[in-house]
Amino acid sequence: MLTRRTLTLAAIGTLAGLFSGLFGVGGGVVMVPLLVLWLGFGERLATGTSLAAITIIAAVAVAVHGAYGNLHVGEGLLVGVPAVAGVLIGTELQPRISTKAISLVFAALLVIVAADLLFELG
Amino acid sequence: MIEAILIGLAAGVVAGLLGVGGGALFVPALTIFLGLSQIDAEATSLLAIIPVALVGAWRQRAHGNVDLRTGLLLGVLAIAGAVAGVAVANAVPRRGLEIGFALLILFVAWRLVRQALASSTGESRAPARP
Repeated sequence: MLTRRTLTLAAIGTLAGLFSGLFGVGGGVVMVPLLVLWLGFGERLATGTSLAAITIIAAVAVAVHGAYGNLHVGEGLLVGVPAVAGVLIGTELQPRISTKAISLVFAALLVIVAADLLFELG
Repeated sequence: MIEAILIGLAAGVVAGLLGVGGGALFVPALTIFLGLSQIDAEATSLLAIIPVALVGAWRQRAHGNVDLRTGLLLGVLAIAGAVAGVAVANAVPRRGLEIGFALLILFVAWRLVRQALASSTGESRAPARP
């Protein structure tokens, strides 16, 4: 029998999957707030749980993109494998330094990239 | 080749440091530094996300932060959406995809600013989210 919880997970999963497939991101930006809001998860448990889901979502999206011929396998691995080391370094550093200034600088960079995309400045 | 490795390392450090998703960083880095088109960058970003999410899930599980059953169920229930999302990404005009992605990273930027301002109160942040 389909429980209310399963239906809620299906709704969250479908939204996250659409988002992930459409924009090339993991979908955590959709899943984490919805797990918190709709299923009462804590922020940390929601984030960790979303990582397990992202592994499956990204694998499916990659396979479909591959079929469309959009995938650059070499570049993806050359970015993804060192990124694991990067995330470990970043996570270690995070409690030791103030990330406030870095967050603001990075937010500004993202706004510049967004403006470039929106107004085709490049 | 060196550029790709540096992009991965740098985006990973920032993702871990700020608790933002790898994808929001991989896609623009792949278009700007490797010259990939928006759709190719998205596809390639998704491949790069897999090892990051895998190791992240494994590490967070050791900290008791993963409800594995729910996570796997969520992933399986997301398959139809993911397939549809990729199909839509391939069907919409390039401009549409770029505008949608721009709005997404504006949202990420807004969250970063809010988080930076909240962090002055000593609030702890969640781990990296690809």
